[in-house]
Amino acid sequence: MSTTVKTLAVAGAVAAALSAHGTAAQAQDQEQVKCYGVSLAGENDCAAGPGTTCAGTSSVDYQGNAWKLVPAGTCETMELPDDRMGSLEPLDRDVPS
Amino acid sequence: MVRQGEFTQALLDPSAAVPPGLTGPDGRPAGKRFAVYRNNVAVSLTKALETGFPVVRKLVGDDFFTAMAGVFLRSHPPRSPRLTLYGETFPAFLEGFGPAQRLVYLPDVARLEMALRESYHAADSDPIAPDALAALPPEALMGARLHLAPALRLIRSRWPVFGIWRANTAAAAPKPAAGPEDVLVVRPGYDPVPLPLPPGGGGFVAALMHGRPLGEAVAAAEEECQDFNLSAVLQILLDHAALVDVTGEDAP
Amino acid sequence: MLDTRPDTLPARPGVGFKPQHFDAIMADPGPVAWLEVHAENYMGDGGRPLAQLRALAERFPISVHGVGLSIGGEGPLDADHLARLKHLVGWLNPTSFSEHLAWSTHDTHFLNDLLPLPYTEATLTRVAAHIDQLQETIGRRMLLENPSTYLAFAESDMPETDFLAEIARRTGCGLLLDLNNVFVSATNQQTDPVAYIDAFPMAEVGEIHLGGHDEQQDDHGAPLLIDSHGAEVVDPVWALYAHTLHRAGPRPTLIEWDTDVPDWPVLAAEAGRAAALSTPVDA
Repeated sequence: MSTTVKTLAVAGAVAAALSAHGTAAQAQDQEQVKCYGVSLAGENDCAAGPGTTCAGTSSVDYQGNAWKLVPAGTCETMELPDDRMGSLEPLDRDVPS
Repeated sequence: MVRQGEFTQALLDPSAAVPPGLTGPDGRPAGKRFAVYRNNVAVSLTKALETGFPVVRKLVGDDFFTAMAGVFLRSHPPRSPRLTLYGETFPAFLEGFGPAQRLVYLPDVARLEMALRESYHAADSDPIAPDALAALPPEALMGARLHLAPALRLIRSRWPVFGIWRANTAAAAPKPAAGPEDVLVVRPGYDPVPLPLPPGGGGFVAALMHGRPLGEAVAAAEEECQDFNLSAVLQILLDHAALVDVTGEDAP
Repeated sequence: MLDTRPDTLPARPGVGFKPQHFDAIMADPGPVAWLEVHAENYMGDGGRPLAQLRALAERFPISVHGVGLSIGGEGPLDADHLARLKHLVGWLNPTSFSEHLAWSTHDTHFLNDLLPLPYTEATLTRVAAHIDQLQETIGRRMLLENPSTYLAFAESDMPETDFLAEIARRTGCGLLLDLNNVFVSATNQQTDPVAYIDAFPMAEVGEIHLGGHDEQQDDHGAPLLIDSHGAEVVDPVWALYAHTLHRAGPRPTLIEWDTDVPDWPVLAAEAGRAAALSTPVDA
């Protein structure tokens, strides 16, 4: 592709994005953006993360052996049919080249 | 005299003896009274990690997460009193945490959760007026630099990290499909939003983040994906207030 | 616009601000006259936390309460953290700034707890120097809070009240009297909380804290109270509050509720209870 053709292609893409954005912006005004597009508990503070506290706790620290446990959450349902997500070695063909 | 170094070591090592010189009301050794401080440290930092990495926790389960947090908080205590950013080193820790090795995608999920948190606390910014982009003459376009919002983050993963994240946060979300994903975190208002990028989008945004001009960013994206859809990625950036300035070729 | 904010908190109830209460507070704060925030949660570059704090500060006196400076630390104060405090106090211009008589950082490790100190001349010298440095950095007087303690140091050679009075005398700082901490520590150390209050340098008290605690037992079956801030204020602490008001008159009084945070009406009701106890003197 020549530089000129290339420039025109990029200019066309920019124009298309601007035009689509104008339409989308109107739609967005109607629908308030919530945390992650879903409504979570404590919506006011979705991704705030941990805050500080000056309080103590009466909970007792877990002191089991972490190295004897196995993951037992939703990871079990994340396995794909070909078990690639559970395989030890990431496949090279999955890497963006 | 009890030095704080000795106190700290005993706090972080449950098997260590309580430092001598610490007592109960009757002068007896402190015993369980010292354990209150141990619990305060370990439990509060475990809770901080639970708050910061809810999807990692859901993936591995509560018991495993608590045990793993116990190992992490002792080997990587916070280095700052700003707990809002505690866990920066958690993804790298997960890379080397033996019992979680099978979940190869876990470190990238943690990176995404950390990125959402960083984005939440990042500086505010005003998006560019669309006119600013429209006003650029075609000949200036390739050399123009698009400046991204300070709350923008990019996670590039060889795993379907967005799909995994969404399947664990949204009700009735589809199961993740295999394959690499680039996730953009944007913050149009005060709430960060993670979005999967179309092919090449990761290379494009990464190039912009490195301050490279539009033409080079497009070239980088096309190296990753011949059919890179510039218009779609620009629209994502515009729709989520992620472009804050556009400067000409000669500007820094 | 003329800054009409007074330089002390109103002698009425305040609460520790939690983001989930933002809308309720802006709609109707009820008996709540001022708000306290933890400094460390407002040290980001932007986003909702700072936006909410700016909005609150337009309507309410704000008390900034630091929980992480480690004023009692053996090492020097964290210069980066001091700079962040200076920045926050600078742009927000809060009505009050307070921190704790405790340590929480060793070397570069932040332990996220308010850890205890031996009450000795060496500790006095160190704490006073750190408070001097802080007050100089932020350009204002601070309030220092008495801690909840779970154990004692054999090396301590002065009562906590004498220690705090001497710190206030040497540095010119004010004091924050946490009555739940008084009750927790007195129970844990088997001392008399009323005697503690009677010995407290009341003239220096710029703020009172009230909060809830949990109850456990030590190895020998003695009561061991934990300063959990996760429940209503108990009656014996309300009694200490009444005693304190009788001695000192009304003071700015904070309800602290940091864990298992209730809905706004419950928190507002606790503030209302504190207001009712102060009312006879107010009137």
